[in-house]
Amino acid sequence: MRALVLAEAREGALRNVSFEAIAAAKQLTDDVTAVVIGDHVQSLAQELGEYGASRVLVVEDDRLKHYTPDGYGQVLRQLIEQESPDMIVLGHTALGKDIAPKLAARLDAGLISDVVSIEGTGRDAEFVRPIYSGKAFEKVKFKDSVMFFTIRPNNIDALARQAGASVSVETPAVELKDLAMIVKEVVRKATGKVDLAEAKVIVAGGRGVKSEDGFKPLEELAELLGGAVGASRGACDADYCDYALQIGQTGKVVTPDLYIACGISGAIQHLAGMSNAKVIVAINKDPEANIFSVADYGIVGDLFDVVPMLTEEFRKHLVNS
Amino acid sequence: MNIFVLLKRTFDTEEAIQLENGEIQEDGAEFIINPYDEYAVEEAIQKRDALGGEVTVVTVGPEDADKELRTALAMGADKAVRISIEDDVEDADHVTISKVLATYLKEQDADLIFAGNVAIDGGSGQVAPRVAELLDMNYVTTITALEIDGTTATVTRDVEGDTEVIEVALPLLVTAQQGLNEPRYPSLPGIMKAKKKPLEELELMDIDLDEDEIEAKIETIERFLPEEKKAGRILEGDMSTQVSELVQLLRTEAKVI
Repeated sequence: MRALVLAEAREGALRNVSFEAIAAAKQLTDDVTAVVIGDHVQSLAQELGEYGASRVLVVEDDRLKHYTPDGYGQVLRQLIEQESPDMIVLGHTALGKDIAPKLAARLDAGLISDVVSIEGTGRDAEFVRPIYSGKAFEKVKFKDSVMFFTIRPNNIDALARQAGASVSVETPAVELKDLAMIVKEVVRKATGKVDLAEAKVIVAGGRGVKSEDGFKPLEELAELLGGAVGASRGACDADYCDYALQIGQTGKVVTPDLYIACGISGAIQHLAGMSNAKVIVAINKDPEANIFSVADYGIVGDLFDVVPMLTEEFRKHLVNS
Repeated sequence: MNIFVLLKRTFDTEEAIQLENGEIQEDGAEFIINPYDEYAVEEAIQKRDALGGEVTVVTVGPEDADKELRTALAMGADKAVRISIEDDVEDADHVTISKVLATYLKEQDADLIFAGNVAIDGGSGQVAPRVAELLDMNYVTTITALEIDGTTATVTRDVEGDTEVIEVALPLLVTAQQGLNEPRYPSLPGIMKAKKKPLEELELMDIDLDEDEIEAKIETIERFLPEEKKAGRILEGDMSTQVSELVQLLRTEAKVI
């Protein structure tokens, strides 16, 4: 079986989910080819090899600087035709969610989205994915189409990096017609560099944060731990932060290693978005808050006292280690 | 403007999920318009009010979904269409649903199609982009703003917290992200009017589609609930003791830092 994995770069660096996607493909077959698309991406090919791809296809064009379903669609359609893979794997990222259904429709293929684990090997492999935002799970398999799936970041471990691994880098001929969609502008939000979906640590605030400024101590803690800041719907609806930060049944579903919930009551819609985090810490003034029912560790107290103290304590330990 | 909205009926977000013999229990559950589809309905109504034309809401589903279609009509949509496939199709997946919708829409000459960016039950977000591809139509997902000038759309989309501004020609399919608008509640006169608005029911044969053409490519083996989380430890003592204990626990017991 031949697998094709679409790697994704963000601000010049490969995203971790791309290495995880290679690992997912390797679980099912040895023959893994990675694809990387952009304006200057040739330099990323070696790293994909070191994470397990035996071949890397590089497609460079100035018009591919920004992702569009049209531009990437043209390239990937041609590569899929040239390679005729049995398996296609992408990260379940903004890009993966946007392009995978389009390609699957064109191939008349099934697509299993948002996979969190894979059992078995080869064509009989079974895929586990959350439904109802993680309130339940389903196990599904392909009937007779190309095995086409997207994996949720942070759930399938990347392979250990083999520095200096040999990899065959190719630049296939691809014809790019004029793009129907033009990206006029990209505005990066100043919410830290770590993407919420991929963050290993998330510090999230709820109504208890009380204002936009109230997020500052959370941001400091998140930055120290190399994590991202998230929010409950309550905080977003109250305009303390942008909807892009919302975690829950509407909003993002996240599975970080550590989730620190600050001033979040723990409505069922919010729990759906985060209760599958590996470790949950709850900080809330109200000892009856529902968030404590899913927390591994809880501190009953005012987040404006606790969070800065926690940041200080972590800082001491991180300096010492 | 000939405007369409793809709508799905989903479980209320308040509902806990219960399984019986591997099936999700629907008895007694509250159903709603998928929250992201509500933004789609609202935006469609606003665009019609600004640019003229008509809004048709389309769903694939059984008769129960008429309730959600009526809600969309009460919000202000002009017509509703429900395509009923349950008598003909045993297993439906995204391939099935997207082909049904695309086959219907192919004959409709839509200028704009709105959908939610994801349904909160299945959570795949596949159907809308698949429909666009089957219709050979441009699409933009997770949008937070839409301006139409003649036949050109300027679309703002949310990309994992970043914002992209995209220019693209109509016809166009877009999927709604939270923040696109504030969906209205149906007014009482709206609800009264909705009762008289057309709600058409179609079956596969009405759109010239055979069940063999829309076979599912994915098979469900089982559904299960996540392991119930045991309530953890509430720390005690004065605050600085609790904080240093917590850091200690995260480093040595949970080993996440």
